[in-house]
Amino acid sequence: MIAVHEVTKRFGATPALDAVSLEVRPGTTHVLLGSSGSGKSTVLRLILGLIWPDAGSVRVDGTPVEPGTRDGLLARMGYVVQDGGLYPHLTAFDNVALAAEAQRWPRPRIAGRVGELAELAGLDGDMLRRHPRELSGGQRQRVGLMRALVLDPPILLLDEPLGALDPIVRAELQEQLGRLFARLAKTVVLVTHDIREAARLGHTITLLTAGRVVQHGTFADLAERPASPFVTQFLTAQTLEPSGTRPGG
Amino acid sequence: MGVFPRSALGGVALGALLLSAVGAGAAPDGVIRVGSKSFTESYILAEVAAQIIEQVGEARAERRVGLGGTGLTYRALESGAIDLYPEYTGTLARVLLKDASLETPEAIRARLLPGGLTVSASLGFVNTYALAVRADAAERLGLRTIGDLVRHPELRAAFSSGFLEREDGWPGLRARYGLTLARVEVMEHALTYRAIASGQVDVMDVFSTDGQLERLKLRLLDDDRRFFPDYSAVLLARREMTERYPRTWARLREALEGRLDGARMARLNAMADLDGRRVSEVAAVFLGGGTAAVAGRHREMLAELAALTVDHLVLVLISVGVAIVLGIPMGIVAARYRRAGQLELSVIAMLQTVPALALLMFMIPLFGIGKGPALVALSLYALLPIARNTYAGLIAIDRTLLEIAGVLRLAPLRRLLRIELPLAAISIMAGIKTAAVTTVGTATLAAFIGGGGYGALIVRGLALDDTATILAGAAPAAAMALVFHALFELADRVVVPRGLR
Repeated sequence: MIAVHEVTKRFGATPALDAVSLEVRPGTTHVLLGSSGSGKSTVLRLILGLIWPDAGSVRVDGTPVEPGTRDGLLARMGYVVQDGGLYPHLTAFDNVALAAEAQRWPRPRIAGRVGELAELAGLDGDMLRRHPRELSGGQRQRVGLMRALVLDPPILLLDEPLGALDPIVRAELQEQLGRLFARLAKTVVLVTHDIREAARLGHTITLLTAGRVVQHGTFADLAERPASPFVTQFLTAQTLEPSGTRPGG
Repeated sequence: MGVFPRSALGGVALGALLLSAVGAGAAPDGVIRVGSKSFTESYILAEVAAQIIEQVGEARAERRVGLGGTGLTYRALESGAIDLYPEYTGTLARVLLKDASLETPEAIRARLLPGGLTVSASLGFVNTYALAVRADAAERLGLRTIGDLVRHPELRAAFSSGFLEREDGWPGLRARYGLTLARVEVMEHALTYRAIASGQVDVMDVFSTDGQLERLKLRLLDDDRRFFPDYSAVLLARREMTERYPRTWARLREALEGRLDGARMARLNAMADLDGRRVSEVAAVFLGGGTAAVAGRHREMLAELAALTVDHLVLVLISVGVAIVLGIPMGIVAARYRRAGQLELSVIAMLQTVPALALLMFMIPLFGIGKGPALVALSLYALLPIARNTYAGLIAIDRTLLEIAGVLRLAPLRRLLRIELPLAAISIMAGIKTAAVTTVGTATLAAFIGGGGYGALIVRGLALDDTATILAGAAPAAAMALVFHALFELADRVVVPRGLR
């Protein structure tokens, strides 16, 4: 269970989040939806303990996210960013292996785990030997996902994971991600600006704009019982045009 | 984090290395170290002494010639970095002992002995300071004595820096004669000859045994008010050496005392300055060995060049090595603690603004002369590009990549070695490359404080006004810089991770 309670966060004078609350139930996928600047990535960074709230609290499985608890909580989380966030100087294999190396796993165990994940992500051994530059955007994203999963954390946090991909690859990966989340029974928080992605992957959705929550609910709630005209506006603006390749934030 | 203790350890190691390299104490057994100042006559007399030492065979002669000016060379002798060098009585009395009443070598010896130094008797010639003008100008302006310059305040003078500052040089001379020359500049002696010959300068300071006077048609102005003291040439030596190698010292005195008159010295100077003969040949001529065969000379030159190449490489490799060992941790510290880092980088940058030659000179009171102090100065000089590029490389790393390292829970050291340094590798390598290539050039200055390397040829060439010798030092240094550059391009392929190229 991830619980964000009345969180306010300012960067300088501008409030990035204003009294935001939300809850994610274990084993479900929750989508933070909004356009760029809505504050959706900030929520993710607060859960990871990369930044601290000015007011309010964030709890993961009942433990408040604080400097003292951060390291222990990170052991329970995997993090995926746009375009994979891979280290360009390391091969795909070494990128995936990093977290396991840091935990001093023996080499054969690491190799076994990476092999398992490669199968799960549909990458072959040759690609694991490549450097990120030599992989396609979709492949990089799969490697980024593998890296987040290597220690098998119960929680997955994804920040616009498919934002850098072209629409066809994007749709294909959305499909695969959905199946994967269901199969692995992870608690997932996914940040996106893409309404289709939200509909396809999210059990529940929080729509944000300008640092405030507009509406919580399922996609059906948002579509059929919009809390304000903005919700309808946001949904229709995107469904009328093809799902975008805009980078979000 | 482990960075601080590491760099502290590096500092201790550096200190130990340098202390062992300086070796400012007494010469090792069986070696007499011969020094000289950096002008032709001093080179020749030192070489003559070295050849005599070799003939006697009691000890091996080690040449540490071209050390620079009087203060530097004298301090080298006092500290034991050299055992003897040619000096002049007037300089000893007025500049070094600061007692103008000491006129004879005997009086000077009595004063020096308690301090562990001694002098020979006069070698036979007096080399005093004098002012020279072109003979045609002297004719035209009616210049015969130094006093005549009072009537021509428009004349341009160029003096060596020693002469310009010493009380027994320009300041005293000007006061004695009431001279008011409008333009007085400081210039390297060897260059002043060219300037006066081409008419860009009218008056210069010279030594009365100067080999160039006759050939450049220069006229000495009479010192009618007897300002310049006698500068009898003598050998100045450490007493310890004269007692340890009595036969050598006796032979040196026998062969040199009273054997050189002014005309003979001027001829020897001219052979080196104007005929382009090597100092070793000139010394051999004086000692009656005749002229070395030209074929032998060629081989000798190549052997010297090979030895200097090794010398130069040692200077560059050690100093850049030390700068890498210190500079990378300093860059890391600067990137970690930004505010302290700015201070740290400013201090290193300030060191860089000190002219290299001056930095080398600062080393002398601290570490003496020779390779040790040269290595300290060169290492300090190489520090900035390496530390700054390490810093720049680290702070330029994408923040997301650093955050992810935190989320993956990489321990600080693993994060540094596995992520940060590899990502900064291109910048760090560029810094090391810059440091290495510039150090190849800067290392030529090491010779000015007896550090050896290609600079030895440049210093000698400057002193002898011999362009070929200067080039013999400068060209290989340029070639070495190119080789280093090429080697680093290759090293990039090994050090910079494939994914970044």
